[in-house]
Formats: sequence, structure tokens, C-alpha cells
Amino acid sequence: MSETQARPKKLVELNDLQLSFNPGKSNEVKAIDHVSFDIYEGEVFGLVGESGSGKTTIGRTILKLYEPTGGEIKFNHEDVTNLKGKALSEFRKDAQMIFQDPQASLNGRMKVRDIIAEGLDINHLVKSKKERHDKVQELLKLVGLNEDHVTRYPHEFSGGQRQRIGIARALAVDPKFIIADEPISALDVSIQAQVVNLMKELQHRHSLTYLFIAHDLSMVKYISDRIGVMHWGKLLEIGTADAVYNHPLHPYTKSLLSAIPVPDPEVEMQRQHIEYDASIETDGQAREMIEVNPGHFVLATPQEAKQYANDQK
Amino acid sequence: MAANTNDFVIVGAQNSEANEHISKPALSFWQDAWRRLKLNKLAVISLWFLVLILGFAILSTIFVPQSKANAFDSNQVGTYKNLPPKSGLPIPGWDGQIKEPGATEKTDVYTTQNVPSKDKFLLGTDTIGRSLGLRIVVGLRISLLVAVAATFIDLIIGVSYGVFSGWKGGWIDTVLQRIIEVVSSIPNLIIVTMLGLLLGNGIFSIILAIAMTGWINMARQVRNMTLSLKERDYVLAAKSLGESSTKVALKHLIPNMAGTIIVQVMMTIPTAIMFEAVLSAINLGVKPPTSSLGSLISDAQNMLQFYPYQILLPSFVLVLISLAFILLGDGLRDAFDPRASED
Repeated sequence: MSETQARPKKLVELNDLQLSFNPGKSNEVKAIDHVSFDIYEGEVFGLVGESGSGKTTIGRTILKLYEPTGGEIKFNHEDVTNLKGKALSEFRKDAQMIFQDPQASLNGRMKVRDIIAEGLDINHLVKSKKERHDKVQELLKLVGLNEDHVTRYPHEFSGGQRQRIGIARALAVDPKFIIADEPISALDVSIQAQVVNLMKELQHRHSLTYLFIAHDLSMVKYISDRIGVMHWGKLLEIGTADAVYNHPLHPYTKSLLSAIPVPDPEVEMQRQHIEYDASIETDGQAREMIEVNPGHFVLATPQEAKQYANDQK
Repeated sequence: MAANTNDFVIVGAQNSEANEHISKPALSFWQDAWRRLKLNKLAVISLWFLVLILGFAILSTIFVPQSKANAFDSNQVGTYKNLPPKSGLPIPGWDGQIKEPGATEKTDVYTTQNVPSKDKFLLGTDTIGRSLGLRIVVGLRISLLVAVAATFIDLIIGVSYGVFSGWKGGWIDTVLQRIIEVVSSIPNLIIVTMLGLLLGNGIFSIILAIAMTGWINMARQVRNMTLSLKERDYVLAAKSLGESSTKVALKHLIPNMAGTIIVQVMMTIPTAIMFEAVLSAINLGVKPPTSSLGSLISDAQNMLQFYPYQILLPSFVLVLISLAFILLGDGLRDAFDPRASED
């Protein structure tokens, strides 16, 4: 991706990232298959795809919860692929994660105060008990929870409240970059907007950068600046949210978009789902990311790219 | 039929402050478990019984030294041997009367053997005139010592082995699990016999034998729990915050399997107590002058038909403590995991 000079600085760069589970065995799974993309400072990068497409694995690999089998990850222009020990924990102060299931991501044996302060304790960010208490109160307020919730246990909260505790925990170490791994898919629809709006607000206030992972394209379009579409460990298409949503190039993206239900019964009755034929990914031809429109890339052979470009007209 | 939005009035959601409030009192995990345990009467009775008996056993070390329970006067065996329990009150079976071997009527053995009237034995005496009550107290102490030792071994070796094996995974886990399989395939009795040859019989070799094999079930259970817990999001969250493996184990893994651990301990204890009793009964346990519940039972079995109290009393104590541990373990399992007991 060469024409990026005009854009702000790159915060996260993935170059040809690969990760296989059970490498060399018969049940080898290529969870991340030669994926490259960049995330610019201050933007929300949405990553969509069906379950098992490798979006969560990418998020966890960036945070070094999984070891990549190939390629490199750069954060703030520094290579973090092989960080260990102290350097790794320094990096993890800058990059944090919000998890999918708020029930599973909070330890039920710990009080809310200790959950939120975990990152503070680990990184020795507070000196006294009082400072710790104040910081926790401040974070609770930030995510819209009551101050007297500190002595409560996670099971006493609703899903949305728990997710906000998870957000407070991630924010405690003052990160620059947050990986939100399907932060709303386990929540009730009425709560989803609440959490997404909170995330948007926090982004503006703390100038955060998000990698927003989801399978719900409409929600991703709402929050993201740019969107990447994944399938079977490969990145198929990248572009601005508008471009991907309104002018999809890859047939898989088209299929994904055609599956979004419309909240209008008359339109919904007319909606035709476009079936996706995955054989175009498995025919063995070499494909690479080709820039069809400025800033809008698609994984294709040169002929296919031409065809995608023609189809637009 | 268009709905008029003016017909709807928002009730009870005036401000977010009120919505976020939780009125239920804050209960910690332990408080909640204690509350549920209290609902189980049998478990509570067992708990109090065990607390009392443990306190009694600790205090008894001052009042009932082992030498006193072992001592007997060889000149007076004829006077003091095989005296039945005597409470001093006319309670049938507890009044110092018993049918002597060959007799058809009950006689007061204390008078026929010319026992001085100041001496009475609440739980009777054995075949050489030692107080059965004192010997049971010593036996109880040994059983409880074995129980405590088994608990510590379970907790220290079993839990750390299991967590380490599960957390590391990969080839380390495979090797450690094969070791467990090898150790568990050796019969306990062989280990004890070998240790007996090496160290001589005694409480130490029993505890060592339990130490070598008793932790295996705990290690397996803890490993299984670790394997499932380490994939939880909160462990990933702690890792992504930079928590060290030791801290993750202490703060996240072990507290979340506390229920399993406690229940497993409660299941190990009666097994260990019974194991000690069996060993003592087949003369692989404590050395003869020292009494243990198992050796009391095996010593008395020859005279079962004539002096049944000599075998019934230690058996009764043995059954009672084992039962108390099992019932308490049951109650704790329900208290820690309310879902498991619903069906």
C-alpha cells in the first residue's frame, strides 16, 4: 500500500502475518494466511467475517497471546513480533483488549475494584491505596458505573454493565490501541448501542485507536473508518467503510452484505441473498491485494481485478 | 392501527443512577457458599462434630500422653483385663456387667475380679488391662494426624503438580501425566510394605506412603480444571495486562477451582483414615504398643463373641469420623457448585 503518505501515521502494521495451529500435522489449520494491513493512528479499523475466519486470532496475535508462525507485527514503527519479558509488558500497556463475552472475561472470584485495578497493580502504576481507589473510581465514572459498585462481584451485574467493567479494565493502563473482539455480539440489542456509543465517546476523549472485530457488518460500518473483510484466514478486501459497504468488490463481501436483514418487511421480502461460491479461493491461483479504487484493495488475480473494476461501471 | 407514542409513559426509569443501583447486599463467593452450606443440616452437624473432635484431640495430647495409654502392670493383668464399660449408673450395657465366656447370666466383672472400687473404666479395658478409652483417644489422634498430613500433601503436591502440568501443556504435560499413570499403577500396599522394610513400621512410613500416592487424584482433577480455565477470557485478559504465570495461577486459577479442591480434600481424608486403619489391622501400620483405631479393631477381633465392646467402640469412632468427613464433603460440594446438585 504505497499511497498512504497523506494519511496520518501508521500505528499497527501487519506484514504477511501467518499463524497455523498444529503445524505440520494432518489437522493443520491456517488461521491467518498471509495477511497484511495497517491501522492508522486515531482510526477505527473494522474487521468482519464469518465465525472461524480468523478475525479473533488476528486480534489475539497482535497482542502476542498467540505466537505467529511467520510475518511481522509492527507497533509504533517498532517490531513487536518477538518481544519478550519486560519489553512485552511495556508494549501491552499500550495495547489492550476488550473481550467478547463479558461473563467469561471477568473473574467471578474478584471484586470489581480488583478487576479494574489489575492492570494498575501489575504495572505498578499507582503508589498508594488511596491513589488506587481514586483511579478505580475515576474509571468507573468514565464508563458510567456507580462508585459504590467497587465492592461488588461480576455476577451481580447485567451484561452491558459487565462489558463496561471490561472496558474500564482495559482503559486502566492508559492504552493507545484497543482491540475490541466482538464487544457487542454477546449483548442484548438494546444494550449494544449503549456500549458502542461509549466506545466512540472514549475514542474521542482519549484519542484511541480501535481494531473493531465483529461479524455484524451494519454495526461495523457505523463505528469504523475502514473495514477489512476476512474469510478462511485470508483478508479479501480492504477499503473505507463507505466503499466496502456501498461498493463491495469481492463476491464474498457482496454475499455478506446481502445477508443483512432490513427492518422493513416490504423491502425485506424483496431481499435476495447472493450465494458465495468459495471455489474461487481454492483454485490454487496466486492472488494478491490489488488496489482497484484509491484506498480500496481486493484479493484477486490481475484478470479478476480488471473484472471487478469493470463490474462497478 | 398506528401507535400514538404519547400513549406511552416511561415508568421507573427516570435516571440512570437509579437504574445502575444494586439493592442486593454484597456477598462474596465464600459468604455465598457458607450461606448455602448452612442450609444443609447434616453438613453443619458434621462440621461442628469435626471441629470439636479436632479440638479434643489436640487438647488430649496434654492429658493423655501415649505412655499412659500403653502402660500396664504385668502383676495386675488378672484384675484389670477385659473389664466391660462402666458408667457408674444402672444403664444396661454400661454398668460393668457382661456375660463371661461360657456363662449364661450377666455378672458384675468388677466385683468378681476384685477391682478396687475407686477404679471404673468408662469404655472398659482390653485383654491386658489397659484402658480402652485412653487407647481410643490415642488412636483417634493418629487417625486425625494422618488426615491432616493427607490434606497437606494433597494441597501442596497435588495442586501445584496439577496446575503446573495443565498450565505448561505440551510435552511437559504429557511427561507429567505419564509419570502420574506409572505411580498410580503401583499398588499402595506394595509401597507400604517396601517402606516398612526400609524405614520400619510406624506412622512415618504410613504418611510417606500416602504422600507418594495420595495426591494423584487431586493432581488429575486440578490439571483438568486448569486446562479448561486457562482458555477463559479473564485469564487471557490478565495475560494481556502482563500478569506473570505464578500470579495468574494464584489469583485466577486456584480461586476458581477452590470448590473442586476442597471437595477433593474431603474425599481424600476418609480414604487416608481408612487406609491407615487397614494397614494397622494387617500389622503394616503403627508399632504394637502404640494404638491406632485399626490395630485396636484387629486386636479385638479374636474375642469378638465374648467382648464385643472392644471391637465395637473403636469401629464406631472410625465410622463416625469418616462419615462426618464424607457428609461435610457432600455439603461443601453442593455449597460450591449449586448447579451440580439440582437433579
